Amino acid sequence: MAERCAVIGVGQTHYDAKRIDVSMPGLLREAALRALEDADLTWNDIDAVVIGKAPDTFEGMMLPENYLSDALGASGKPLLRVHTAGSVGGSTANVAVSLIAAGIHGRVLTIAWEKQSESNAMWGLTLSPPFSVAVVAGAGGFFAPLVRTYMRRSGAPEDTGILVALKDRKNALKNPYAHLKMPDVTYEEIRDSFMLWDPIRYLESCPSSDGACAMIVSSEELAKKAPRKPAWVLGTSMRSEPVQFAKRDAVNPMSGRLAAKDVYEQAGIQDPRKEIDCIECYVPFSWFEPMWMETMGFADEGEGWKLTHDGTTALDGSRPVNMSGGVLSSNAIGASGMCRYAEAANQVRGEAGEHQIDGAKVALGHAYGGGSQYFSMAVFGSEKP
Amino acid sequence: MRDVAIVSFAQSNAESEIRSEVEILQPVAAEAISQSGLERSEIDFTCSGSSDWLQGQPFAFVMALDAVGSWPPIKESHVEQDGAWALYEAWVKIQTGEVDSALVYSFGKTSPGDIGLVQAIQLDPYCVTPLWPDLDSLSGIQARACLDAGIVTERQMAEVVSRCLRSAQDNPHAVRKGDYSVDELLDEPFEVSPLRAHDCPANSDGATVMVIMAGDRAKDLCERPVWIRGFDHRIDPPALGTRDLTRIPSARLCAEKAGGADGRLDFAEITAPYSHQEVLLRREMGLADDLPVNLSGGSLAAHTLMSCGLNRIGDAAMRIAGGHGDRALAHAAQGPCLQQNLAVVLEGE
Repeated sequence: MAERCAVIGVGQTHYDAKRIDVSMPGLLREAALRALEDADLTWNDIDAVVIGKAPDTFEGMMLPENYLSDALGASGKPLLRVHTAGSVGGSTANVAVSLIAAGIHGRVLTIAWEKQSESNAMWGLTLSPPFSVAVVAGAGGFFAPLVRTYMRRSGAPEDTGILVALKDRKNALKNPYAHLKMPDVTYEEIRDSFMLWDPIRYLESCPSSDGACAMIVSSEELAKKAPRKPAWVLGTSMRSEPVQFAKRDAVNPMSGRLAAKDVYEQAGIQDPRKEIDCIECYVPFSWFEPMWMETMGFADEGEGWKLTHDGTTALDGSRPVNMSGGVLSSNAIGASGMCRYAEAANQVRGEAGEHQIDGAKVALGHAYGGGSQYFSMAVFGSEKP
Repeated sequence: MRDVAIVSFAQSNAESEIRSEVEILQPVAAEAISQSGLERSEIDFTCSGSSDWLQGQPFAFVMALDAVGSWPPIKESHVEQDGAWALYEAWVKIQTGEVDSALVYSFGKTSPGDIGLVQAIQLDPYCVTPLWPDLDSLSGIQARACLDAGIVTERQMAEVVSRCLRSAQDNPHAVRKGDYSVDELLDEPFEVSPLRAHDCPANSDGATVMVIMAGDRAKDLCERPVWIRGFDHRIDPPALGTRDLTRIPSARLCAEKAGGADGRLDFAEITAPYSHQEVLLRREMGLADDLPVNLSGGSLAAHTLMSCGLNRIGDAAMRIAGGHGDRALAHAAQGPCLQQNLAVVLEGE
């Protein structure tokens, strides 16, 4: 990358099913102001805004960023709106990083959000498009066959998904912003929760949340002025692949593998298993943890589930995954990718609070979207590259 | 800044299309890639612009990946904006040094719905959208404000239309064209006073595809590369009641930052969907009164929402590549009453 880039401020809203206490601009400002406060900056210090969210049908607004521009202090500034399906929170941040890396701006506010209570995401996902067949299955219905295929291929124990869900729900108790807080949750409760889309149970699924996540990314020069430790961006990557293509392996997608390889190369990582301390990855349904561990090279193919069973991915494990409780605990869809980045960045800044991993130096943020076709990733480091 | 050139451009425009967006896009993409002289696999980055609401389905842009070629997996991004902003993101990506070339595309198909009303859902959802003001009416308010302020006259608006539709006769992509006198146009009834039907955009369905390349490689690819010399975009606040609709500060600022005034311009291609907006934008962007504007006919001749800005840039680039001028300003706008503006200055080798 041409110019070094750092995350100097992070802000999130409290996630909830219905944030009826705030309007859409109010929700975004809550996250943006926390990020500005974290970086000890005001709106005037920001050169440009890069905003992202998943489909506009989720709020029933078209191109909502035009309406949100002055709430985000963007008047008279450049404003870009990114939309790359579920991976959007990650790719939005990637675009902001590009603006710094290219030397075009000094400080960029990047923010991703969803306020699902304004509309109905299930309706938003299942509109009948002309000339094609409506799926009418929601995301879970789409992904269940992929999970089933993974189970068959890997021979993973049937309760792997339950263990992931139990871990992430426990982790969420340490995250003040998490939507779902289930202090008394047990293995049995998750196992006995009803089957939504076989083999995905209710408590193995993400909630529908309102929320926003913001980051301030800055040039190396301006990062020196930041009051708190910056997270250095060691690399960012994006890959996409087609919808309808017989050679595509949607369970272990080539686009995900290439995005991981690319971001490791940029970050100078030879062996991710040894050099990455912790991971925030996009797991909307519990089984995606072992699946993505394989795609990103943390386990050999067919063995990702072992990392869950042997405790490697636990908060006190050797390489924790989703310390914040992840997407299973808060899912403001468009924001979820940026939350992964923000939580990973906060780990290497030492700002992750109760779910901080001691001595985390290198952390990976990951997001995916579409039918497992869109991937965005970033590696953050505590030390300047 | 790295020098980046537009090396190929293709577009389709039709009043109404029976084909799906993917079917509209595929041949246009094939044409632009073939014109560039590159293999698809040689193009490093891909970026597109579209709006889900036009297709009436979520993730509408995802299917387009199949039309432009995305195997093996590609480095790709998408903006929910006019393709001109996708071009900006691609240009930024090239500036980082990570990639050298990009495929940029956009598409819009507005004929199946009532596009004026659909666009009412981009307004303040709590206070304004419930009134369902259609876009023609909002633009009518702006036109009236410009008339009252003495910035434009009805005759000037008709002159813009007459000139654009006459120029459009040479543009195979225009869906509205012809030789109409100013008096003839002024005899037409109002659609939304003070706007007549011909003062409003010629809505069309279509797709736009462009290939850009950095540095010396661009010189190998085409005889006369068209270089991007300056690029900027800005946004104004949304509340129509608090904006002075006779001023477009974001247009003024982006034209200035892109370097519009830093040298002689031979012509401009600007996004002015309503006739009064051409006069207004000329004034705001500091374009000389005698500067030829919208030789393509502009949005009054073909207006493919989400693609029209990229079309203006491509039209300007092709005109320069063909030797009809050396330096031009191209402009894109979106949002009600020109809320968001983008300017790029192009120069022939």
